[in-house]
Amino acid sequence: MNMARISFPKTAKKGEVIEIRTLISHVMETGYRPDATGRVVPRDIIRRFTCRYNDTEVFRADLWQAVAANPFISFTTVATESGRLTFTWDGDNGFSHTETGDITVT
Amino acid sequence: MTRLLPLLGILLALPAPAADIPRAERRSGFDFMSAPNREMQRDDMLNPGMLWVGEGEALWNRAPDSGATACSGCHGDAKESMKGVAARYPAFSGKLDRPVSLQQRINLCRTEKQRREAFAPESRPLLALTAYVAHQSRGLPVAPPQDARLDEHRARGKALFTTPLGQLGFSCAQCHDDNWGRHLAGSPIPQAHPTGYPIYRLEWQTLGSLQRRLRNCLTGVRAEPFDWDAEEMVQLELYLMQRAEGMKLETPGVRP
Repeated sequence: MNMARISFPKTAKKGEVIEIRTLISHVMETGYRPDATGRVVPRDIIRRFTCRYNDTEVFRADLWQAVAANPFISFTTVATESGRLTFTWDGDNGFSHTETGDITVT
Repeated sequence: MTRLLPLLGILLALPAPAADIPRAERRSGFDFMSAPNREMQRDDMLNPGMLWVGEGEALWNRAPDSGATACSGCHGDAKESMKGVAARYPAFSGKLDRPVSLQQRINLCRTEKQRREAFAPESRPLLALTAYVAHQSRGLPVAPPQDARLDEHRARGKALFTTPLGQLGFSCAQCHDDNWGRHLAGSPIPQAHPTGYPIYRLEWQTLGSLQRRLRNCLTGVRAEPFDWDAEEMVQLELYLMQRAEGMKLETPGVRP
């Protein structure tokens, strides 16, 4: 439900460097904080983010407890061919979310 | 008399309580932030509050499981029907015979029209719907209703704003009218205009309401905070919105 936002140019020239920006809704609970009753809240974080450009992985990041809630990740890649960008966030408690977007390269 | 003179000197040295902030000098909390934080609010891709706006849009269009209609069933496209609504809340409810905030108004629709339990204060769906509705007024000036039934409540809000509270005995006005622009523990003291709510506060790591922010200030002066949706909370909000009349709404605001 509108959990993530992604942004990149929908069209690019071949060989052009494009900037990709992503934002996802996630608490990124560290596992170190006690709740109001004094019990430690179990860790609940996104562990890994990947971006695939058609069949090639072009970016990957490991995330840790020190990353703030609702992580924003920005990176660049080279526009090589028209196709699909696939973004995947995986984390604790079976968390997995995927977004896709298409790019036309001329 | 000579013994009294030093005391008189101290009394004269104390700053006199300032009057209301002159209209031309009013500034949003946005202006007190660092450049990166301002950029975070300005750019919708960077602004985490937009995640709640997106969630709110989904909730707006989704029918509740009571079989009643979705918000959009009555109100249509929020981009048209909700434009300017947040700018004139809190408003007086004739039925309840008291002023209600935007969140309370949303919950009234929820319980009366959609026949579902009210969203809990500060719950995610309530914040998301409020953010979505208020976002439709972004850039519009705060326009408090000229409704005589609100006058008494606004006056009580102003009285609360200027009354010393808590063990530390500070009033809202002592910081936000008399000492804005100076620093408290390294943080700039803003003028306390409620133009960005609900706000994404970096300290909270989440979106929060004006009431949550007011509770922060109240516990800060070691006062017992008013309860969620207490009459006093709505009266304070009424006064704050009057005080910010004409300033532009920013929802969702980002604050440190």
